[in-house]
Formats: sequence, C-alpha cells, structure tokens
Amino acid sequence: MADKESKHEAGHAREPSYLVAQKGLKSWLLTIDHKRLGMMYLGATMVFFFIAGMSAIAFRTELLTPGPGEISWVLEKLGMDPTQSATTYNKLFTVHGAVMVFLVIIPSVPAALGNFLLPLMLGAKDVAFPRLNLLSFWVYTLGALFFVYTLFAGGLDTGWTFYTPYSSNFSGTAVLSATFGAFILGFSSILTGLNFMVTIHKMRAPGMTWNRMPLFCWAIYATAVIQVLATPVLAITLMLLIAEKTLNIGIFDPAMGGDPVLFQHFFWFYSHPAVYIMILPGFGIVSELIAVHSRKHIFGYKAIALSSVAIAIISFVVWGHHMFVSGQSELAGIVFSFLTFAVAVPTAIKVFSWVATLYRGSIQFNTPMLYGLMFLFTFTIGGLTGVFLGTLSVDVHLHDTYFVVAHFHYVMMGGTIIAFIGGLHHWWPKMTGRMYPEWQGRWASLFIFVGFNMTFFNQFVMGQQGMPRRYYTYVPQFQQQHVLSSIGAYILLVGFLWIAYYLLGSLRKKNAPKEPLPDNPWGGASLEWHTQTPPIEHNFHGQPRVDSDPYSFPQIDRTGQVDHH
Amino acid sequence: MILSMFMAPEKAAPAAQKAAETAQAAQAVADPTLHKQGAGAVWETVSPWAELPQASTFAEGVDLLYMFIVALSVFFFVLIMGVQGYFMWKYHRKSDDQKTSSITHNGKIEFLWSAVPAVLLVVIFVWGEVDFLKQSVSPPDAVQVRVTGRQWFWTVEYPDYPGVQLTSSVDENAVTLVVPKGKPVQLTLTSEDVIHDFYIPAFRVKRDVVPGRYTTFWFEATQVGEFNLYCAEYCGDQHSAMIGKVKVLDPEHYAAYLIEAGKLEQEEGESMAAYGQRIYGKRGCNACHSLDGSPKIGPSWKGLWNKQETTDKGSVTIDDNYIKESVLEPNAQIVVGFEGVKMPSYKGQLDDKQISAVVEFIKTLK
Repeated sequence: MADKESKHEAGHAREPSYLVAQKGLKSWLLTIDHKRLGMMYLGATMVFFFIAGMSAIAFRTELLTPGPGEISWVLEKLGMDPTQSATTYNKLFTVHGAVMVFLVIIPSVPAALGNFLLPLMLGAKDVAFPRLNLLSFWVYTLGALFFVYTLFAGGLDTGWTFYTPYSSNFSGTAVLSATFGAFILGFSSILTGLNFMVTIHKMRAPGMTWNRMPLFCWAIYATAVIQVLATPVLAITLMLLIAEKTLNIGIFDPAMGGDPVLFQHFFWFYSHPAVYIMILPGFGIVSELIAVHSRKHIFGYKAIALSSVAIAIISFVVWGHHMFVSGQSELAGIVFSFLTFAVAVPTAIKVFSWVATLYRGSIQFNTPMLYGLMFLFTFTIGGLTGVFLGTLSVDVHLHDTYFVVAHFHYVMMGGTIIAFIGGLHHWWPKMTGRMYPEWQGRWASLFIFVGFNMTFFNQFVMGQQGMPRRYYTYVPQFQQQHVLSSIGAYILLVGFLWIAYYLLGSLRKKNAPKEPLPDNPWGGASLEWHTQTPPIEHNFHGQPRVDSDPYSFPQIDRTGQVDHH
Repeated sequence: MILSMFMAPEKAAPAAQKAAETAQAAQAVADPTLHKQGAGAVWETVSPWAELPQASTFAEGVDLLYMFIVALSVFFFVLIMGVQGYFMWKYHRKSDDQKTSSITHNGKIEFLWSAVPAVLLVVIFVWGEVDFLKQSVSPPDAVQVRVTGRQWFWTVEYPDYPGVQLTSSVDENAVTLVVPKGKPVQLTLTSEDVIHDFYIPAFRVKRDVVPGRYTTFWFEATQVGEFNLYCAEYCGDQHSAMIGKVKVLDPEHYAAYLIEAGKLEQEEGESMAAYGQRIYGKRGCNACHSLDGSPKIGPSWKGLWNKQETTDKGSVTIDDNYIKESVLEPNAQIVVGFEGVKMPSYKGQLDDKQISAVVEFIKTLK
C-alpha cells in the first residue's frame, strides 16, 4: 500500500494546501473542512490549557507555605479584599479542574487531532456530516463563552465536581453559568462523537476493512461511542442542578426529601466514562507513534483494537468507585470495585503490546517518539496507582487525599497530554507544512518529564500520609513535599512555554521551509502520509484504495532474516 | 522499614512520651479544657519521612495490603520499564535501511500477560473487599458517639455522657474526639449543611458526612496519643480549617475525662465571666469567634460589648438582648459582612444562666 499510494499522489503537481485554498476570515469561521476545524479546535484548546495551567501555577504558589499568605498578598496588591483569599484559592482549583476537563482534555484529542486525521487516515474526503462538524465547533465556542463569562462573574468555587448541596444551595459563585456552559459543551461532544462513528462505519476507503484501520481510528471510535452514550447523562444531571438552583425542585435537598448523594451517582455515571473519553484517543496516538518511529508493525493489533471497545463498555459500570465512602451500600462498593479491576486488564494489555512493538524494531528517538516512550512511563504509574484506589479497604484511607490527585494527573496529564504533545509533534508537519526544531523538541520534553514527575510523584506519598485534597492551608509537616511539588510545576511551566514558543515560532513567515516538506517525513504507512503536506482541500486527488494494513513499513523484513537468530 | 519510606508521622510514641501522656491524662482529668492556645497553629511539625502511626486495629491490615500492591506495582513497573529500556538501547536505529521484525502477535505471550495480571487483580480485590467488610459491621458493644459536621467545625457528643460536647477548632488545638484505647467505638455522623467527611489517617478510617441522613463506621484505637482529624470532602471556604484532634486515652482515664468535660456548671467561687469563658471553650463558640480581634468565620468578641453594629435589619447596639438573640436565633439580625454564614442555634443547649455568663465574659474583652 505504501508505495502504491505515494506514487499515486506523487504523480500530481503540488496544489494549494487546505490552509490557503480559500481565503478570508469567513472561509475559516464558516468552514466545513475537517482540517480547518481541527486547527481551530487546536487553537482554542491550547488557549484554555494555558488559562487552566496558570490557575494551577497560582494555587501551587499559595501552597508553598502551610498557612495563608501568597494569595492574600496578591489580592492586597490588586486592591481587592485579602480576606477573600480562601475563596480565591477554592476558585482557582475549581477553574483549573473545570476548564481542563470540559474545555481542554475532552475536546483536545478527538476534536483537534481526531478531526484533522480521521478522514485522512480512512482515505475519505471529509467526515460524514461536515456541516454538523462546523456546528460542533460553534457549540463548543458558545459553551466556552459561558465559562469565560463565569470567570468574570465571580468565578466558581464548587470544585469541578459540583457536589450538592454545596453547589445547589451554598456556593455564592457563578454556578449557573458554569453548569450551563458545561451543558452546552456536552452537545459539541455528542455531535462530534456521532459524526466520527458514522464516518468510520461508512467512509472507509475501498479495501479498508475494520482490521486495516489505523489504531488511532479504533480509539476514536471507542471514544465516540462513549461520547454519544454518556454525555446526555451529564446534560440531564446539569439540568437537574440548574433546576434545583433556580426552581428549588428539591431533588438533591434533604430538607425537601431529596438526596445529595444522588447527584454523585448521576454525575459520576457520566464523568467516569468521560475519563475514558480523555484517555482512549491518547492510547490511539501512542499506537501510531510507537509503530511509526520503530518502523515495526504494532504488536497485538486485534488486542489493542478490541481492548479499546472493552474499556469503553466496562467504563459505564464502574462509577461507584468514586463513592466508596459516600454512604452507598457495601454491596455496591463490592460490585464497583470488582468491575474497576476488570477495566484494568484491557489497559494492561495495551501497555504490554506497545512495549512488545519495540522488540526488534528500528527505533528513532525523535521528539514524537520521546513523548510516546514517556507516555509508557507515566501512564504505567498512573494505571498502577489506580489499583490502590479500586481496592476497597485501601481506598477508604486514600480517598480525597493527594494520592487521588497524583493518580489522575498521572493518567490525564502523564497520559493524555503527553500523548497529545507527542501527536502534535508527529503530525505537525502534516497539519502546518512546517517543521518544529528537533533539538528544541527533545530538550523541552526533558523539562516536561522532569517537571511532571517532580510535581506529582511525591503527591502519592503525601496522600498516603493523610494530606487531604482541595486544602488551602495544611499542617506544617507537609511543607517540604508541597514545595517540591510547586517547583516541579514551575519546571513544567517552562517546558510548556518553550514548546509553545518553538511551535508557534515554526509558523512564522521567516521560518517557512525553503522546499515544501515531503508527504511522508517519518516513513509512516497510513493514508495521511500518502498525500500532500499539508493536504489539499479534499485530501486526496482520487479515492485511495487499500490492500494492506497501515503498519506495513517497507523496512519490515518478511523473509524472516531479522527473526532468525 | 519500607513503610517509613512512604509514611509520615504525627507523634513518635516512645517511653518518654508514654510518661508524658500519663501525666497529661492525669492532668486532663483535673482540667479537661487544657488546650494550647495561641494564634499560630500548634500542630506539631514532624519529619515528612517518619511513619504514619498504625493506631487502630484496621491500620496494620490496610498498610499490609497497601504494601503488597506497592510491591507488585514496583515489580511490574521495573519489569515493564526494564524491558522497555533494554529494547530502547538494543533496537535503536543504526542505519536508515535497517530491517525490522515482522512479528505481529504471539498468542501464548498475550494470553499470559492478560491472565497473570487478571489473577493478581482478583487476589487484591478479594483482600480489599474482606478488609472493607470488617470495617462496616460494628461490634454490638461499641461505644457510641454522635458526630455533627457543620461549616466549618465538628461537634461530637456522647449518648452515654450527657452534657459532653466537644468541638474542633484549628487555632485552639481543641480535642474533638476522645476515645478509649482497646474498645470498639462506633460513630454515627450527619451534617447540618453540606457534605463533609470525617477522616482520621492514623486509624485509616474515613466516611462522608451527609445532610439529611446518617452514615456510620467504627474503629478500635490501639495507641494512646493524639492524632489528626480532617474534613475530607470539600465543603466551602474553610474546608481546610475543619481539622481537629482525636485523643485516645486508657479506659480508666477516658470515663473520668468525659465526665469532667461534660460538667458545665458555675463552680463555687467562680465568677460569671470565668464561667462564661469556659462555656466559650466547651460549647463551640471558639470555632468561629476569636477573642483577639482577628476575623474568623463569625465576628470577633473583642470589643463587642456595647458596640454599634450595622446588621442586615438596621443599626443595633450589642447588648444583652442582641447577644441572647444571636445565641438563640442567630439569623434574626446578622452583622453586615457575615450574611453568607449560617450560625447554628443554641436553643436548648445553653440556659439563660449560661448565656448571661457568656455576656459577662464578653464584657471583659475590651
């Protein structure tokens, strides 16, 4: 397949890329080109990543000392009321969580990279419903505007989890606009998921069976199933919260016969599958990075593909592991714990398969591969620490401590974000027609790796020692560890700013390559590498046909010589 | 010991400490309101690398399972990363046309690396479940304690010791919960407002505290001493200030301590102001009202007497009537700036004599 397609595309003269094919602001704002939409999502999610990241830098600075101080100092300097420092802290961690979850991680891989890559990888001209895709983007923007409004209308201090009765009856912050914003964002997610599912079912190139689809597409598919089935539950939950606040319906209010724990069931019924929306696309990226940069067929293709589907299904029945100490019945706890362990098995299978892919490969340690390998390190830690939390008796001790914070940062940041950055570098030439500077990429990745582990690893220890989460002040014994964590956060900040600097820098006119970049700078074998860099507006000059799978690298030795000792 | 790598300490408990504890317990019987007062937090700073005490019958079991999972995790992590590191070194790209293996799967290996983790996970699951179930069935003879969580302090009461009410206060280092060593204690918890969580790390116990219903758990303390107690469910502004102390006493001292703590009558020769000060310390006023002018959850009592204040219902002079109303119907006239706070009422908990004593105490705080 690899050679056939490149000759097919190479035979054509270079045409204007999708970036310049149509001109003017309107051609972007009303585009139905999945590639342009992907880039717009990319820009938006990165802006919100910066905002949420700076929130974290702010509260990590407060946590340098056990008592209050840093935030009240800033408030005073800004002429604001320093006695509001505890509330300000609570708003900072809430905004960090809510923006990261709803505006960054859930959309980023599917909507940014997924939008750009899915039709290309499938050999299609666009997604199944391009106008629906445009609608998804504007719905996202509308939801985002409600969040931005929330920031200016008093912020949000409920935690991203909005637990009742605090969120419904006690918080004085802009809960309504934030919940309504999340409600709207949910529709963007649902529509994107629907679009991707239909695209994968109906628009694969001739010859591309399900088993010849890149694993990134399998991951997007599993994610899309969750998006479509789980997000409506979030919508209903948020509607109920809004109704509770505005109409006083009493569903979560014990004084009116309601049950505040019911909110937790509703909320986590979506939010647990949501964390798999966040990680599955990251898994898909890692499969591509590892295979391409070791020039070896992915090991265990079927297992990786089907494990994504298994994870998607099981993810719907584990939500109660967030509620082991909530007062839910012991039987519920037992069932949820068992199913939580069940979801660990397909996940472990993936990690082993990725490592096995490296065996007898030809590994190049460029920036995308460094992030792929980094993912294996940090995600494995994240996944293993999930085992502690799924264990009933141990979770009683660890629940709502920094152990949980460390675990989810290892899987969401050490997992999704690191995979995302790897994917960003891997597909950067294809998306932008520019190349990032390789040595800067490698050195910045070191900042990310060191900063990340320094920030979060010792939080496992802190949590086990009893340091609760969401604490504005803390007992002095934890200060050394908090300082370590905050220093790590500053190192991470430097790393991220560096990445932004050279990626954005690569887009400048003066950094344009003298010759257009090759179609296939990495030697990939999936269809996106067999079309122009960046692609033309309708992706391919003619319908590609496929007669082998997307990991058939020319370097693979089929004569058996490599495996013969 | 491996545990020391992962755990942090609250108090070391060698022999000297035991002697001090006995002395303190003896003293505690004589003066149950012995607190360390002061503006700064008096929580002891100990090394982050010392061990979290195993101060309940559950603790050893939880720690053992925790260490088992740590051991397995370290083993698999080292294995996976070791293999990865080895492959990275051995199979780095040596030339651009270097050939790679055509291996795509191996049924035997894939089965093994699915089945072995699955079996290990089942073992961990069963172990965790068994220990968890032990925590949920309380022994029938357990000492009963009732806990109420409010924004932002705990109130602990003992059905067997009427009149005893302990509260938490971060500044006062107040003892929030007193339990006997070696006897099961069952807590029944509820909240007056939002969801809180009662967490004692040294005992490895935690339970959400929910409004409108009761949650329950039990433990048996195995060490005499003092241990930190935290709120572990985000509950608003002062969530991190909702910390307290759990005091474990020998059974002989425990009963005497609580009987003393429950006594709240004016002693012979005691002035009303001094009586009022004891009420301040023992009925939870100290959780929200400072004596030195510093702002806390509620207004400071310093300089309060005869002060002209603006409330949400208009101007008022802080006198006997206003103070009594604030104690019995706290939300009738709220001082401007404290509108968001819902002070709980003390109706039925303080009699008129006690309220007058509090007023006399306030008068002394110029």
